[in-house]
Amino acid sequence: MARRERDVAVDGSLDRRDFLKVCTMAAAAVGLPASVAVKFVEAAEQGLKPSVIWLHGQECTGCTESLLRTSRPGLAELILDLISLDYHETLFAAAGHQIEAALQQAMEANAGKYVMVVEGSIPVKDGGIYCKIGGKTMLDLVHEVAERAGAIVAIGSCASWGGVQSTPPNPTGATGLPEVLEGKTVVTIPGCPANPYNFLGTVLQYVVLGTLPKLDGKNRPVMAYGTTIHEHCPRRAHFDAGRFARQFGDEGHRQGYCLYYLGCKGPQTHANCSVLHFGEVGTWPIGNGHPCIGCTEARIGFKTAIHDTVEIERPTPPDSYPPVEEVRHGIGPAAAGIAGLVGGALVGAGYMAAKKAVEAAPDDEEA
Amino acid sequence: MSVDRRTFLKGAAVAAAAGAAEVQAAHPAPEPPSDAVGMLYDATLCIGCKTCVVACREANGLKPVTPDWTDGLWDAPPGLDEHTKNVIELYREGDEQSYVKRQCMHCVDPGCVAACPVKALEKRKFGIVTWDGDRCIGCRYCQVACPYEVPKFEWESPVPKIVKCELCLHRIEEGGQPACCEVCPRGAIIYGTRKELLAEAKRRIAAKPDLYVQKVYGEHDGGGTQVLYVSHVPFEKLGLPVLGERGAAAATRSVQGTIYKGFVAPVALYAILAGVIIRNRRSGGGEA
Repeated sequence: MARRERDVAVDGSLDRRDFLKVCTMAAAAVGLPASVAVKFVEAAEQGLKPSVIWLHGQECTGCTESLLRTSRPGLAELILDLISLDYHETLFAAAGHQIEAALQQAMEANAGKYVMVVEGSIPVKDGGIYCKIGGKTMLDLVHEVAERAGAIVAIGSCASWGGVQSTPPNPTGATGLPEVLEGKTVVTIPGCPANPYNFLGTVLQYVVLGTLPKLDGKNRPVMAYGTTIHEHCPRRAHFDAGRFARQFGDEGHRQGYCLYYLGCKGPQTHANCSVLHFGEVGTWPIGNGHPCIGCTEARIGFKTAIHDTVEIERPTPPDSYPPVEEVRHGIGPAAAGIAGLVGGALVGAGYMAAKKAVEAAPDDEEA
Repeated sequence: MSVDRRTFLKGAAVAAAAGAAEVQAAHPAPEPPSDAVGMLYDATLCIGCKTCVVACREANGLKPVTPDWTDGLWDAPPGLDEHTKNVIELYREGDEQSYVKRQCMHCVDPGCVAACPVKALEKRKFGIVTWDGDRCIGCRYCQVACPYEVPKFEWESPVPKIVKCELCLHRIEEGGQPACCEVCPRGAIIYGTRKELLAEAKRRIAAKPDLYVQKVYGEHDGGGTQVLYVSHVPFEKLGLPVLGERGAAAATRSVQGTIYKGFVAPVALYAILAGVIIRNRRSGGGEA
């Protein structure tokens, strides 16, 4: 039904306006200018929708679930109008050999152009036998699909750096995609689940402009992971003022004070959760009164205990001030008095020493 | 001896007195350099947001100061220190309140420059007082000489530096302005030539005579500074010392100029001492 609508829209016989609206929303959601939306419509009208191949490894499908809950654009518009989702185990109606054939077909048809998305970590221990799809290990599958991919995106913390299953002792050798595909550029969109708007922004930019967003040292888009959660946290004013919740349910917690001492990892966690909510429920962990667990950071998420505190990455001034200190105004009377005493003592001592020396001199001569 | 002792002493005293009188005239207070730049801080506009403190840290690569009481959470220097070139302090007394920004004043006639025996501190480009690490011998005279207690010493470093605001010279040279001026959301601290800033300060005071103290601090204070202040509370309450129109540097020069003028006083002093010794020898020789 939705596909038919899209076809009609592109044909120009029905609502081009609605389609343009969706594209503008998609562009705006990911921080691209409105002019890009027009390009996007043009591309769609020419039938140049990007092919997306989505693989699932060791994961909970939470990233897909959060993507299903996007409203700007909605999922139907996304997978039917904006992109061509050619392989996705969760969303596909097909199954078994049929779906595996679709994967091969999509790879043949769009070789060098398709966007490869991986959700979930890849077990590498014992030859990768702990995750198999269609008889192939996940390890082999990612190598195979990556070979002809135009862009590679790891969505979620599992695909980005291993996620919860990579926590020691890590029995399956769960590994992130960048490590498995060493040498290839893998854009990582960590998060548990990942913010779908960060994912859409990356994919749409690649689709429309043919470029990838600016990436940080961990290949995360700077637009989304450039600052810490702490930086734009709605509870930040409480932090600066030194107002903290000390226990779940205490007065400070009920007042909405800063959750730092409850173990909030916001000061070290690079992500835009505090400014771009997702899941379309109007709230987020810190908003609910739970400290950030640092799910986007390989060092922190599932590795640092939830209620342990972290160091502040870049301390800034508190909500208090040093008092004006009186600057000394020259030499005070006390100092002058002491200096006088010391000087006098020295002169006196000198005089006495000289006198003694003169008295002692005749004795020396006599001796 | 052709000159008796009495005549000699008289001559020496006259020479010293004449020297002192001349020195006052020979050491007029210096004028600000023609290219002098500076900053104007308006205490009535400052909201104490400390954005300038953070920006200064970033622009100058200074690490945050987190005293024990902060539990490592905040950058809370208790004042200017070896990691802090710029700080906002609070004055509060009853209902009267004001913030005050503290950093190097870039004096027209700086005490630190006069005190520095090796010219490590000097007024260089744009009249900005800068520190040259290749010359500094670490004597810290500058710390004692500064009437604003600005230069700080890296006590904990094995190769300590003198740390003080250098007006972001590295940014000015690239056509920018000091970081604090760039980020101030209220325009409470602005950058410009000293001349422009002085005119602007006077314009503000004239426009709101009820609000401002009728004085631009730094126009003449301590021989004048390149960082100027206007305020709604008396300047001494903001920790800006009452210095008079002649700076400490000028006073030092007068004293030293007097003593060493034409090298008369030292020669006279040693001549007197020599006279005393010769006289003592003669009398002592007679006794022996």
